[in-house]
Amino acid sequence: MTTRKLVPLIFERSTPGRRGYRLPDLDVPEVPVTDLIPEEFLRDEAPALPEVSELEVVRHYTQLSRLNHGVDVGFYPLGSCTMKYNPRVHEDVTSLPGLASIHPYQPEETVQGALELMYNLGQYLAVISGLDVTTLQPAAGAHGELTGLMVIKAYHSQRGEGHRKEMIIPDSAHGTNPASCAMVGYKVVEVPSNDRGGVDVEALRGLVGPNTAGLMLTNPNTLGLFDENICEIAKIVHDAGGLLYYDGANANAIMGIARPGDMGFDVVHFNLHKTFSTPHGGGGPGAGPIVVREELARIVPALHGQQFLPGPIVEKKGDQYVFVTPENSIGRVRSFYGNFLVYAKAYAYIRSHGPRGLRQVSETAVLHANYMMNKLKDVYHLPYDRTCMHEFVLSGVWQKEQGARTLDIAKRLLDYGYHAPTVYFPMVVDEAIMIEPTETEPKSTLDEFIDVMRRIAEEAKEDPKLLLEAPHNTPIKRLDESRAARHPVLRWEKA
Amino acid sequence: MRYLPLTQEEQQEMLQSLGIDRVEDLFTAIPKEMRLDADLDLPAPLSEAELVRHFSELAEKNNDLKSSVSFLGAGSYDHLVPSMIKHIAGRGEFLTAYTPYQPEITQGVLQSIFEYQTLICELTGMEASNASMYDGASALAEAALMACAATRRELVVLPSSLHPEWQDVVKLYLKSQDVSIAYLPYHEKTGVVDAKAFDGIPWSEAACVVVQQPNFFGLLENVASFKKVAKDNGALLVMAVDPISLSLLKSPGELGADIVVGDGQSLGNAMGFGGPSLGFLATSGTKLIRRMPGRVVGETVDTDGTRGYVLTLQTREQHIRREKATSNICSNQALNALIAAIYLSVMGKEGFKDVGYQCLQKANYMKERLIQVDGLSSPFSAPTFREFVIKGAVDWEEVNMRLAEHGFVGGLPLARFGLPELVLFSVTEARTKEEIDSFVNLLRGLIS
Repeated sequence: MTTRKLVPLIFERSTPGRRGYRLPDLDVPEVPVTDLIPEEFLRDEAPALPEVSELEVVRHYTQLSRLNHGVDVGFYPLGSCTMKYNPRVHEDVTSLPGLASIHPYQPEETVQGALELMYNLGQYLAVISGLDVTTLQPAAGAHGELTGLMVIKAYHSQRGEGHRKEMIIPDSAHGTNPASCAMVGYKVVEVPSNDRGGVDVEALRGLVGPNTAGLMLTNPNTLGLFDENICEIAKIVHDAGGLLYYDGANANAIMGIARPGDMGFDVVHFNLHKTFSTPHGGGGPGAGPIVVREELARIVPALHGQQFLPGPIVEKKGDQYVFVTPENSIGRVRSFYGNFLVYAKAYAYIRSHGPRGLRQVSETAVLHANYMMNKLKDVYHLPYDRTCMHEFVLSGVWQKEQGARTLDIAKRLLDYGYHAPTVYFPMVVDEAIMIEPTETEPKSTLDEFIDVMRRIAEEAKEDPKLLLEAPHNTPIKRLDESRAARHPVLRWEKA
Repeated sequence: MRYLPLTQEEQQEMLQSLGIDRVEDLFTAIPKEMRLDADLDLPAPLSEAELVRHFSELAEKNNDLKSSVSFLGAGSYDHLVPSMIKHIAGRGEFLTAYTPYQPEITQGVLQSIFEYQTLICELTGMEASNASMYDGASALAEAALMACAATRRELVVLPSSLHPEWQDVVKLYLKSQDVSIAYLPYHEKTGVVDAKAFDGIPWSEAACVVVQQPNFFGLLENVASFKKVAKDNGALLVMAVDPISLSLLKSPGELGADIVVGDGQSLGNAMGFGGPSLGFLATSGTKLIRRMPGRVVGETVDTDGTRGYVLTLQTREQHIRREKATSNICSNQALNALIAAIYLSVMGKEGFKDVGYQCLQKANYMKERLIQVDGLSSPFSAPTFREFVIKGAVDWEEVNMRLAEHGFVGGLPLARFGLPELVLFSVTEARTKEEIDSFVNLLRGLIS
């Protein structure tokens, strides 16, 4: 990456009196504002927004964009985030006025196409997960977790088991899992990993009991490993009266290959901005729909998950699609129907791929990860040396001994034009480097990245200073994060 | 497959390097009985051209508001959107980036968030804003929880003039943490909460009182009375505001708000059937700033002393604090926040003021014209901004279907929220006098 000039703040480009956009002239008779709104309600001075021309705004943001790495710019092997290609046609089809310019409160009869899309997407996600009923309302993965936990809580409460407030979570879990538990008043009980990187089944047996609400699991887990004991894990939790929650962050490994519902999970969320290729937009918007089991055969009585889901959801009555609020719905987790234009892209993705295409996505993602892992494990420590799924976790401990830590390896990768992998996560691995190549990268990119990772391992050995001072070629050097936290400057102020 | 570049030869090479024959050999960790032996029951794949056709067909089954004239609001608004926004916000460097975890190569997103935070502070008069929330409703729910944590109290006082869906969201979030809610009724004549409604609330237990400005009916609440009761009782004042109204109305900061939230759809974002939009959340004072949920960007310097931006105050967040985090939020609505920032920048100080001014004038014009129609009246006396309620003994659902035949989308019948005969209209700067006049004339004909 070539060094690019930093960009002044938009406020620093402001010139009093300059305008960027003009409205049509007001065409209704004007009434003095104070005849309409009491003076004490009015502000004395307009908000100090920038005063810039349209071209200045265009240049400003174009220049900012050039300081930014995205999948469109280069390889983005950020583990657990599934940074695959985001097809541009999805932007086009979701910009059609018939989707982008419809109002959530239009009469249902006038938005049948939108409801049809929602209904069908719900069905597709049910098919992919092996579960039954979908709500599209949650706006992101963590929001899906929250919703799923609320449904689980409602389920236990309705059965007179509201005391079940312990949620078991592996020590390798995403931070959102325990944080979501706290949001519903659940106590987190941590289960350790075994030496294969999976849940320690014996430890789990000792942790379940009459207060167990359930278990939250990512499978494949955050080490990129499939938990082979999932049947037994599911049985232990179900026998104790708990439910199984599937964190779908890693679903890119299993589409069309295995289904959470068949593994025993009762509630699933998908991160559509990961597995189903909706662009992540620099931090969002995502979409985190959940799918739940209609009944838990054999183990516990009927869940009738649908009745607890947040409303409204779409049902088909004859040839009409209608909104219905499930009986005993927990309520709402956000306004309207979720991030519609986001999940419409996931719908497009599923329709573009079809059943075999989705399977091929997962197979290729897993093949890519194993190929790369195999070509790196002699130069980086591989703590769990077994076939991985769509991602794998290396450790920088060997390089640490040579004087360069994982953070330094990550920063050095930026010099070579790559985004860094996820680092220092999962916490069960010391100096973790979590790499997810995804299926949309050509083999040449994988090979180039492997070469660079190997070169960096050499550099760490011969000249660790090169890593410690990296990045060298980025628009800006390493930033002082502790200063930012100690003396927070969270907005621009006029000098 | 269209997006999978791997060739047969390359796949062979990879398999060989792994010493296996088939891709299936990579999945042996999955117990055999769990592996699918049939294709998923999904429709066959579509080519790009077929996909576009399919979406066009779906879109055609919807009446879009580009080809009709809409007076719907209630949380999603048809404002003018400068054309340049989609071109700039659609740039791949913004669109296809993740959360900015590597600040050296994501200064674009980080700086845009810092600017967004500053713009939200300018609108709200608060000291700090986070990087965005899912939507206005969930932002309000998180603000209420933040107030509970800050005051160590477990009662939230909500006005019944708050958007009913927002009430639902707040209720669910609070119930999940066993926080109680007390409701303030609105006065049936004014449509806003008057100070008498404050009687009988156990204020000493209240973490915060919430006020929506303008309220769900588009009416302006007397925020000063909310502030007084909050201040007298050690509770926080949480304001849910419409950002467009802040072009004219006193800022929440001036009114003494402790936490301010709102929905930013109206700032250049598509209606999109209700999402994605963004929620904003702003506050003042170190104590509350450190309790904000979600991402926050701060200014700092690099090793050469050059100014730059990073995610900061991360010890509040889930990836560090896990179950002790201030919230579980991770992904937010960054791209929608970027759109809001571009919108506010290109509108600028004068343009933004014009938007508010024109909404006020046009909404007032339409309100005056409607109440001259026989059978229609204005049920509430409080001042309005961009939305207003009209009362009429009319089957509004039926009327709306008739209006649709003429290319109009009527107001929102409030019968769905238990308020028969009432209908909520929204008029933005995007409506013209001609559209308003035609609509009123048509409506007059339909209900006479």
